[in-house]
Amino acid sequence: MNKQTPLIEMKNIELAFGGVKAVNDVSVDLYPGEVVGVLGHNGAGKSTLIKVLSGAYKADAGEIFVNGEKATINNPRDARAYNIETIYQTLALADNLDAASNLFLGREIVNKFGMVDDDAMEAETRKIMQRLNPNFTNFKSPVSALSGGQRQSVAITRAVYFNARILIMDEPTAALGPQETAMVAELINQLKAEGIGIFLISHDIHDVMELCDRISVMKNGKLVGTENVADVTDDEILSMIILGKKPTKSN
Amino acid sequence: MKKIMRNVVGAVGIDLRLLGMIGALVLLWIVFDLSTGGRFMTPRNLFNLSVQTASVAVMSTGMVFVIVTRHIDLSVGALLGFIGMVMGTLQLNILPEYLGFGHWSIWMITAVAGLLLGTIIGAFQGWIIGYLTVPAFIVTLGGLLVWRGAAWWVTQGQTVAPLDSTFRMLGGGVEGTLGAQLSWLVGMVATIAAVVTMVLARRRKSSHGFKVKPLWAEYAQGGIVTLFILGYVVIMNAYPLPKGAAKRYAEAEGIEYPADGLFISHGIAIPVIILLVVAIVMTVVAQKTRFGRYVFATGGNPDAAELSGINTRMLTVKVFALMGALTAIAAVIASARLGAVGNDLGVLDELRVIAAAVIGGTALSGGIGTIYGAIIGAVIMQSLQSGMAMVGVDAPLQSIVVGVVLVLAVFIDIVYRRRAGV
Ligand SMILES: Nc1ncnc2c1ncn2[C@@H]1O[C@H](COP(=O)(O)OP(=O)(O)OP(=O)(O)O)[C@@H](O)[C@H]1O
Ligand SMILES: [Mg+2]
Repeated sequence: MNKQTPLIEMKNIELAFGGVKAVNDVSVDLYPGEVVGVLGHNGAGKSTLIKVLSGAYKADAGEIFVNGEKATINNPRDARAYNIETIYQTLALADNLDAASNLFLGREIVNKFGMVDDDAMEAETRKIMQRLNPNFTNFKSPVSALSGGQRQSVAITRAVYFNARILIMDEPTAALGPQETAMVAELINQLKAEGIGIFLISHDIHDVMELCDRISVMKNGKLVGTENVADVTDDEILSMIILGKKPTKSN
Repeated sequence: MKKIMRNVVGAVGIDLRLLGMIGALVLLWIVFDLSTGGRFMTPRNLFNLSVQTASVAVMSTGMVFVIVTRHIDLSVGALLGFIGMVMGTLQLNILPEYLGFGHWSIWMITAVAGLLLGTIIGAFQGWIIGYLTVPAFIVTLGGLLVWRGAAWWVTQGQTVAPLDSTFRMLGGGVEGTLGAQLSWLVGMVATIAAVVTMVLARRRKSSHGFKVKPLWAEYAQGGIVTLFILGYVVIMNAYPLPKGAAKRYAEAEGIEYPADGLFISHGIAIPVIILLVVAIVMTVVAQKTRFGRYVFATGGNPDAAELSGINTRMLTVKVFALMGALTAIAAVIASARLGAVGNDLGVLDELRVIAAAVIGGTALSGGIGTIYGAIIGAVIMQSLQSGMAMVGVDAPLQSIVVGVVLVLAVFIDIVYRRRAGV
C-alpha cells in the first residue's frame, strides 16, 4: 500500500495559541482507501492538527502535500477545493436553519435564475438521509430542535454528500446510539472501499481497533508515534496515549 | 378547541407570531378609532399613516439583516440626515448651475448620487466592523456623531429648501400619488403576482412529492391576500384631493371645475410603492439568494458559516452597504416628503428603525428575523405615535408608552419562542 503517493502528507506542522504549543512538529500521512486514527488524551492537539488540514487554522510552520503536490490551505474554501471534507467535533451547524440548508451551506443548489432552490435541496437531503439514517424524518425544523444524534447525522451527511476524497471525522460517533454508531462504522468501511482516505479521531479504542488501518498518537501537542493497528495490542495503544511510550517491539 | 385551532393554524402554515402582530395592530387601530370618535380609521389618516411609515419601514428591512448577523447600526438616522443634506445641496446649489433650474434629470441624478453615497458609507462602516473587527455598536455610534456633524458642515446648519418638484413626488405629497386608475392597476398586478407565486410554489412542492397544504387553506390564504391588497387600494382611492389640488388637476386635464367640488382620488402614494418594491426585493434576497442564506447562517452560528467556506467578513461589508443603500432610499422619501432638508432630518430614526425590527420579531441574539415582521413593526410604531398624537397624549407620555411597548413586545416574543421551542 505504501508504494502509492499519499493522499495527504502533513509535515512538521506547528501551531501555538499564545504560549501554548497545541501542535508541536507533528507529521502524519494518509493513503487512499485507508483509515488513520488520530488518538490522544483530551487537549492533546488532535482537533487543532486536523483543523490545520481543514483550513480552519493556519499553521505557524510546516507543509501540507495533497497527492504529492504542495498545497496551500488558507481557509475552509481552499480545503473544500482539494475535496477535503470535515465533520467537526462541534458539528459546526447553523442551528437556526433546517437540515437541507445546513447540508448545502456554502454550496446551495440554485435554479437557472440563480435563486436558491430549497425544494430541490430538501429532495436531495431526503434521498441521502434515506441511505445514511432512515430514522431521520425531521426535515422542516431548524437543527436546534433536533437531538444530538440527529444533528450528528446532518454533519456526517454534509461531509459525505459532496464526493470527498479525504474525510476528516472528529469524534463522529460521540452523540450516537449503538445502532447509529454501527451505521457510521459501515459507512466508513464503504467509503474506504471507494478509495477515500479518512482521518478518524476517536476516544473509543474498540472503534479504533475495528476501523483503523494505522494510528497516530499525540500527547501534549507532540506525535508519540504512528503504528499499524495489526502490529499492536490495545494495551500498547493505551500506554502510548497515557504514558507517551512507543511499543518496544516495533523497531 | 385548542387542538382544532392548532390544526387549522398548522394546515394554513402561517406562523403564530405574524397572526399575533396583526392582531395587536388591529386592536391598536380599534382602540384609537374609538377614542378619537372615528377619526383614526379614515382614508385620510390611513393614507398619512402609510406615507409616514415608509421611510422607517424601508430602513427596518435592512436592519433585519444587520441584527440577524448579530450586529447593530446606530448611525442610520444621522446618515439619513447627511445624505439628505448632500442631495438637497446637489439639487439646489450644484446641479442647476450646469443643467439649468428645474431640469428634468435633476431628481434622478440626485437620487442616484444619494444611493451611491449611502452604499459607500455603509460599506466603509462594514469594512471597519468586518475586517478591522471593531464592534458594530462602537463603529456606528461613532458614525452617528460623525454623520450628524457632517450634515451640519454641508450647509453650515442652514435648511435646504425648496426641493425639486419632481423629486418631491417621491415623498407622496398631493402630486406624489398614483391616482385611482393606476392604483387599481397596481393592485391587480400585485394580486395576480401573489396568486401566481402561490400556485407555482405549490406545484413545485408536489412535483418533488412533498406534502402540500390542503386546498382550502391555499384558497383562504389567497383570499386574505387579495382582500388585503384590493382593500388597501379602495381605501386610498376613497381619499380625495383637497379643493386646491383638485382645481389644479381639473385645469391641467382641461375639465370644467364643478361648483359642488370634484372627487379626485389620491390613490396609493409613491413612497408606499417604493416600500412595496423594497419589501419584495428584500424578501427575495432573504429567502432565495445565497447572500440571504449566508446572512442567516452567519447569524445562527458564525463559526459554522466560516467553516462552511462563507467569507463572513465580506458578508459584513455587504450587509452594511445594503443598510446604507436603504438608508439613502429612506433619505429620498423623508426629504421629499418634507420638501426641505433641515438639521433635524432623521434624528432618533435609528431607534425607531431598531424598534420596528425588534417588535417585528428580529432577535438581537442573531439568526432570526423576517422582512414582513419588520415592516409590520414599523406600522405598529407609527400607529402608536400618530394615534397618541391624535388622542392628545402629551409628548413625554408618548415616549413613555413607546418605550414600555418596546420592552413588552420583546418580552412576549421571548415567552412565545420558549413555548414554541424555536
Ligand atoms: N482556539 C483556541 N485558543 C486557545 N487555545 C486553544 C484553542 N483551541 C485549542 N486550544 C488549546 O490547544 C490544545 C489542544 O486542543 P485540541 O482541541 O486540539 O485538543 P484535542 O486533542 O482535540 O482534545 P479533545 O479530545 O478534548 O477534543 C489545548 O491545550 C487547548 O486548550
Ligand atoms: Mg478535539
